[in-house]
Amino acid sequence: METVEIIKEKKNTEPQTRNVSGSVALLEILIAEKVETVFGYPGGAIMPLYDALYDYNEKIKHILVRHEQGSIHAAQGYARTSGKAGVVFATSGPGATNLVTGLADAMIDSTPLVCITGQVFAHLLGTDAFQETDVVNITTPITKWNYQITDATEIPSVLAKAFYIAQSGRPGPVLIDITKNAQLQKFDFEKYVTCNHIRSYRPKPIVREEYIEQAAELINEAKKPFVIFGQGVILGNAEKEFKNFIEKGGMPAAWTILGLSALPTDHPLNVGMLGMHGNYGPNVLTNDCDVLIAVGMRFDDRVTGRLDKYAKQAKIIHLDIDPAEIDKNVKTTVAVWGDCKETLPLLTKRIDKKEHKEWLQKFEEHKQKETEVCFNKDLRPTTDKLTMGEVINLLNELTDGKAVIVSDVGQHQMVACRYANFRQSRSNVTSGGLGTMGFGLPAAIGAKYGAPERTVVAVIGDGGFQMTLQELGTIMQNNVDVKIVILNNEFLGMVRQWQELFNERRYSFTDIQSPDFVALANAYNIPAQRILEREKLKDGLKKMLDTDGAHLLEVIVGKEHNVFPMVPQGCSVSEIRLS
Amino acid sequence: MNTTEIKNLNNSSFTVAGKQEYMINVYTENQIGILNRISIIFSRRKINIHSLNTSPSEVEGIHRFNIVIEETEEIVKKLVRQIEKQVDVLKAYYNTNEEIIWQEMALYKVPTDLIMEKAKVERLLREFGARVVAIRKDYTVFETTGHREETDKLITALEPYGLIEFVRSARVGIIKESKGFHAKVKEFEQREPGSEVIENEYLDKQSEVFTM
Repeated sequence: METVEIIKEKKNTEPQTRNVSGSVALLEILIAEKVETVFGYPGGAIMPLYDALYDYNEKIKHILVRHEQGSIHAAQGYARTSGKAGVVFATSGPGATNLVTGLADAMIDSTPLVCITGQVFAHLLGTDAFQETDVVNITTPITKWNYQITDATEIPSVLAKAFYIAQSGRPGPVLIDITKNAQLQKFDFEKYVTCNHIRSYRPKPIVREEYIEQAAELINEAKKPFVIFGQGVILGNAEKEFKNFIEKGGMPAAWTILGLSALPTDHPLNVGMLGMHGNYGPNVLTNDCDVLIAVGMRFDDRVTGRLDKYAKQAKIIHLDIDPAEIDKNVKTTVAVWGDCKETLPLLTKRIDKKEHKEWLQKFEEHKQKETEVCFNKDLRPTTDKLTMGEVINLLNELTDGKAVIVSDVGQHQMVACRYANFRQSRSNVTSGGLGTMGFGLPAAIGAKYGAPERTVVAVIGDGGFQMTLQELGTIMQNNVDVKIVILNNEFLGMVRQWQELFNERRYSFTDIQSPDFVALANAYNIPAQRILEREKLKDGLKKMLDTDGAHLLEVIVGKEHNVFPMVPQGCSVSEIRLS
Repeated sequence: MNTTEIKNLNNSSFTVAGKQEYMINVYTENQIGILNRISIIFSRRKINIHSLNTSPSEVEGIHRFNIVIEETEEIVKKLVRQIEKQVDVLKAYYNTNEEIIWQEMALYKVPTDLIMEKAKVERLLREFGARVVAIRKDYTVFETTGHREETDKLITALEPYGLIEFVRSARVGIIKESKGFHAKVKEFEQREPGSEVIENEYLDKQSEVFTM
């Protein structure tokens, strides 16, 4: 392919050409790209690749999932904790379409993935052949890039491009569809060379200093600067640069749900979470600050609330690597386009050392109010019903904030993200942009492979757990050390909360029954407990964390507890409700 | 364009709240699927494409798209950024009709006998700047190039003589302020584009963007 530039290695002694099948070449490429773990599921159109994989068992760890959706969410979890692209194998037709939710999730949450799908023989394309589906067109809107390979000779250059695109710039999912004939076809495979340039693709913009200067000037003049940050800080590996930046400026910093864990929870400048179920201070004071500095975040509607009442009083500085994000939702005063690993230090150099004590005190006051009104009854409840908050609170105590917390989607997700303590980056794995129920369990499997030395706790609701509970089979077969906490309120809690608050308690189909989760886990040979009483919670959690291998802990929590604070839909962030 | 521009109240074709025609120019790699990748950027936002032309540019392997839509500048700007973000897209620009010279080509097939007997062919050709591209015993094909209204006029003129078939091409446009465009496109042939090409140009004003 003409667009892939090949960098010759300096000590390229002699050409190492081998006559191999497309499948073997693909596996060699994965090894060259340092892929250790692949999540997948075999099927007709990807059989040649799986046949080749039989001989590569030692070099590539393949995790057999129970559903292709599980494989892609696992790959996402892997990518989030490891920082490397997650790799997925799936067959054509239903195998490929089962990846769609995960691709959409990875696209909106900028998660690097390389998905390999099998496809029918090239001569059968377009004939409605068995398990043929037009996966390239189906996935076009939800992939950063995709490509169909019909000839094995394309495999090296296309795969090189795939890994480069998935992991550079603003990361994202890439799907490569390979017809069965290309997997089988033998060709002369030369030494694999990685890709580092595509002429039509500019992952890293050149930073223009005049914008840095303008931004620094605004920050230096600010009396009430407020930093809001997203996953860009983590994706750019710029946690240290970010910390230096806010520390020098003495600026309070609040995070989006995907920015969580980029800054330690106990950092004095960490003022909490933004958005619909975020903290009180960060939301209210967004409409009080004079300069709002957004770093690697995209002003999602769940963060901004009503746009025409969002930070209208403030000058806005937006640091982002993706030009399409600038001015997309919120009009910026100064846009700093670039990789925040580069732009943040340049900015830090130019800003004055300040403290902004009074301004920080305001956040503290809001925090106190919020703690009194909301958090005390969540974290230190006096009623007999267990709360989600106290579970997370105890988990913090027992793991010392060192665990990777994977959450699913719903009330428990908001609670887990807001209350969980983190000491290091890449510790929070959740489905932010797409809000994919069923993400948690498979993502936790992947998260464990991505960070094998760390404790991985999956916090999941009773609804979301039932969407992908088949992955208990994957945990069983591969002895994946994942701790599963099911916060069971016997409702689809978040929707129920909205129905209570906005639909006059018309609980339309949110009353959900669950199986006996303990018996279910036992059926998969996974030890499990059910906790109904407060006195047993701490010991239960301890036992779970001390278990060698997977463990499931179901906690029965109050049925109709609500998540507060809350910015109701259509309201401004400063209209956040505490009850 | 913030004002509501009312062009013709009689047939109620007026422009709403700053919407006007924009031509979006996109330079892409010659890749299968790029048309879909670009077109879904419009369809996802329920924006109708009025006209779409795609053909090879003057540089081998690089294609140029001419896309015409009616939208506000704010929306167009966002669309162009989304287009340019696509991996296989080299560059994307947008312009109003005032900023471009544009043409559409149309072909008209009419019965030869009727047209020869009854129409003043010579007048037709002169008046509409039309050319005859084929004459056969049974039919004749005229061709004309111009703006939509001009090609429409010839339809009206030919209809009385039994117009058999009509087809119009998509719009192609040349940007008035496109100094050095060709040279810049040529630069993409080289491995590293020149510094101006990789510059952070979207932050600049629109007029400077055109210098590529």
